Amino acid sequence: MRRLLPFILIVLTGFVFLGRLFYMQIVDESSAILSQNNAIKIEYDYPQRGYIFDRNGELLVSNQPSYDVMAIPREVEPFDTLELSTLLNITPDKLGKRLDKAKIYSPRLPSVIVPQLTKEEYAYFQEKLRKYEGFYIQKRSSRDYQIDYASNVLGYISEANTSEINNNPYYQAGDLIGRQGVEKQYEDILRGTKGVKYIQKDRFNREIGSYKDGIYDTLPVKGKDISLTIDAELQAYGEKLMKNKWGGIVAIEPSSGEILSLVTAPSYDPDLLVGRKRSKNYTKLWYDSISRPLYDRSLQAMYPPGSPFKTMTALIALQENVIDTRERIDCHHGFSYGRSSRMGCHSHVSPLSMSPAIAHSCNAYFGKVYRRIIESYDSPQAGMNAWHDHLASFGLGNFLGNDLPVGQPGRIPDAAYYNKWYPDTRWQATYTLSNGIGQGEVATTPIQLANMTAAIANRGWFYTPHILKEVNGNPIKDKQYTVKNKTTIDAENFEPIIQGMHDVYNYGTAQFLQIPGVEICGKTGTAENYTKIDGKKTQLTDHSIFVAFAPKDNPKIAIAVFVENGYWGSRYGGRIASLMIEKYLKEEITRTDLEDWVMSHSLEEEYAKPYSGEPFKINQ
Amino acid sequence: MSKSTGFDWLSILLFLLLVAFGWVNIYSASLNDAAQGFFDLSQTYGRQGLFIVLSIVLIIFILSIEAKFYERFSSVIYLASLLSLLGLFVFGKTISGATSWYAFGGFSIQPSEFAKAATALALAKYLSDIQTNIKSFKHQLGAFLIIILPALIIVPQPDPGSALVYAAFFFPLYREGLSGGYLLVGLSFISLFVFTLLFGAIWVSVGVVLLALAILFFNRKKKKKYIGRYVAISAVSMLFAFSVNYIFHNVFEQRHRDRFNIVLGKEVDSKGIGYNTNQSEIAIGSGGWTGKGWTQGTQTKGNFVPEQHTDYIFSTVGEEWGFAGTATVVLLFIALLMRLIFLAERQKSKFSRVYGYSVVGILFIHFLVNIGMVIGIFPTVGIPLPFFSYGGSGLWGFTILLFIFIKLDSNRKATYY
Repeated sequence: MRRLLPFILIVLTGFVFLGRLFYMQIVDESSAILSQNNAIKIEYDYPQRGYIFDRNGELLVSNQPSYDVMAIPREVEPFDTLELSTLLNITPDKLGKRLDKAKIYSPRLPSVIVPQLTKEEYAYFQEKLRKYEGFYIQKRSSRDYQIDYASNVLGYISEANTSEINNNPYYQAGDLIGRQGVEKQYEDILRGTKGVKYIQKDRFNREIGSYKDGIYDTLPVKGKDISLTIDAELQAYGEKLMKNKWGGIVAIEPSSGEILSLVTAPSYDPDLLVGRKRSKNYTKLWYDSISRPLYDRSLQAMYPPGSPFKTMTALIALQENVIDTRERIDCHHGFSYGRSSRMGCHSHVSPLSMSPAIAHSCNAYFGKVYRRIIESYDSPQAGMNAWHDHLASFGLGNFLGNDLPVGQPGRIPDAAYYNKWYPDTRWQATYTLSNGIGQGEVATTPIQLANMTAAIANRGWFYTPHILKEVNGNPIKDKQYTVKNKTTIDAENFEPIIQGMHDVYNYGTAQFLQIPGVEICGKTGTAENYTKIDGKKTQLTDHSIFVAFAPKDNPKIAIAVFVENGYWGSRYGGRIASLMIEKYLKEEITRTDLEDWVMSHSLEEEYAKPYSGEPFKINQ
Repeated sequence: MSKSTGFDWLSILLFLLLVAFGWVNIYSASLNDAAQGFFDLSQTYGRQGLFIVLSIVLIIFILSIEAKFYERFSSVIYLASLLSLLGLFVFGKTISGATSWYAFGGFSIQPSEFAKAATALALAKYLSDIQTNIKSFKHQLGAFLIIILPALIIVPQPDPGSALVYAAFFFPLYREGLSGGYLLVGLSFISLFVFTLLFGAIWVSVGVVLLALAILFFNRKKKKKYIGRYVAISAVSMLFAFSVNYIFHNVFEQRHRDRFNIVLGKEVDSKGIGYNTNQSEIAIGSGGWTGKGWTQGTQTKGNFVPEQHTDYIFSTVGEEWGFAGTATVVLLFIALLMRLIFLAERQKSKFSRVYGYSVVGILFIHFLVNIGMVIGIFPTVGIPLPFFSYGGSGLWGFTILLFIFIKLDSNRKATYY
């Protein structure tokens, strides 16, 4: 026993030590992280963000240096609060709050105290910086906008938020990250890579040289420049035309799927979201819940497509062989179907064959043809699904897959959709007849409609619309945007429809909108729409819709225009589409009276009606 | 001439491994930009290199002396050692608050490092005397005096850490037959001390009474006979608890209180007194399985751990060599201690055995207290890790201590004939 005690003591001590060491070194990981933080200081060198050009090489977005005042709370020594807050142009109270917040985030890691000083503020503050222990200046690159439009395309950059910092190890507090538009979509390309310097510190927090002789240090890599498919001039013109109107314009080059312009209205000046004023301005934009300037109507607004959708009905009917181009169908200001239902129509000559029916936008023709399509199958379900699949091949009813971070799928109902509505599944083609004329349950976004038009212009195929053209001067190679999508409609079936769209200008619903010397094809649309006022469904003035492409052969531009509550298709939509095409193809406007009409007309009164609290009249 | 049976090469190997690995870590802990080569004497690691070389010379000297010399001259060595300690009060040099050093030119000598070996020799001599009976109180007192004298001189220097080491002599005393009751009493007082600090004197008193009642209840048959003893023990315990309370709050200085409070987890303080322990724990904890690599420790390079090349050298091992390194060092020490117990047990002379156990006790208590402190399970007590920590006196003190025993062991067969 006496020999055993020292032995036991020694072995016991060994076990206790090994256990404790195992816990400290292997199990408990908090020290490993702590050690990284207190012995190594990491300094970042932020690269310039890539420039953004338009398709013609015009510079849209460049950079300007910005200076963030950073603080490491642990290292902050007591200082003259009043002087510092005067220097930084904020109240002492706010300064104190920001420092407290920084301390909560981390006492060891730097936080932004005042973001994006101007050059003048920076120059003045730099002189006094040494008086404030624990504060330093982080130079970053912020955006310098050369244009005051296209903010929905470009997006903006702002400080990464907590969840982004937690989810992506690249970002630290105060780092800028792209939001919306191409800034968000192509963040990784534009951002570049920040340079890192690891600096070894001693226990007095003095820097004693670079960690491991700098083997882990990296130089910053400048972000790549990108060229967009946008035509800056056309974009600017589109936004000018849309002033005082709500809606969207999407123009696409059919031969490439490149988006020539992506206009949403109302919009805002991108410069509002740069620098110290960003947060205030953003809040203002965010809280405008009526006109919603941050909402990209060209990508996100789902409208009933209205009459332009008749082209689809015609194409599917030809493909399904339910009609030929010569058969003429009666219209007596519409037609009656079912037991007591009626689809109305406006005055035009009757009966009409396919092309004139498109030119005159006859509801009866397309209502009846739609019914034939659905009924040519054994069951309305099978017919509905066949109809849906044809439309899906045009990129309707689902996300297009275009390279912008926001979007909507639109809605093209299939059999399952109506089976849910009518659980006994005993629904008929007549139940869904409005789909044939672009009302009813169908809904599309302006970009989907523009893409549909491009597919018609191409006689049956399209490239997925995209906004990125080149990276550092090299054309994009992404298969998503460089491989043709084929529609399910044969090429020869397009000619009668295109002829009908051409006739829209020749003698149809848009005959006064012809562009001299340009063979243009289009289709008007007028879509009924509703809102809820005090919980009551209320009809508003119709949306004005127009799709067009030109020239008829070898098309260069396909366009879709939506103007909310613009009354009828050719009134706003047709005029704007016509002007946009002329601008793009001829680079000058010959019809200045038309231009003046669009620019001088405002729909603000129309938009104020539902909020006026008083009864109002529509469609006047 | 006495016959020699050769030296115990296993112990020597373990010693060399510890010294070498210690130097490697001192090199890393003290490396700076001014360094020029491994043997730059202006650098801490360069001087340690010199100390190691000189300790080899010392070993050769110790091993070449007649083994009988140590037994015969143990009293003289002990007295000389006491005198050298006393001399500090007159000629001593003060380094970081403790007057524990003699200065010779550029070097300083710390006599308390050598006093351990001297005391071990004196105790071995006293206990091995044919007349000494460890069971008698008179001889217990004698042994106790031999041990306590140097400790008493060291405490006021002040160097309570070095004085604490003298508790190590419980090892040989116990081995030679000292009642385990002393240990029990000692441990009881330590537990009472700790519990009083943790829970206060009143709760400890309640606990003592309850415990006494419980024991009484389970030993009902004997209770009449021993009841007085229970009452006495309980009373002494409670008195002790209250005096601890008093001493802790009225006699101890704040720095002493802080040390205890931090280890007992009553206070969290990573900036003041707790800084050392906190930083050393961070350094060790950041090591992981295999550490950051030699001379690559960020905490070591940043000098975050104070006294890292001396008392906190083990934290460098932890950071740069990881669990692999710390486990190796712990296992090397345990192997050495086991080996020394084995050697002590095979001694035929009582002198050698007592001395051997003294060596085991001294090395063990350094190992226990130093690593325990560095890994945060012991209060901060400044004593070095044998063979490992920087310091000439320390290294030589331990070398002498160990190699006298190796010499005695090599001579174990010759002793009786």
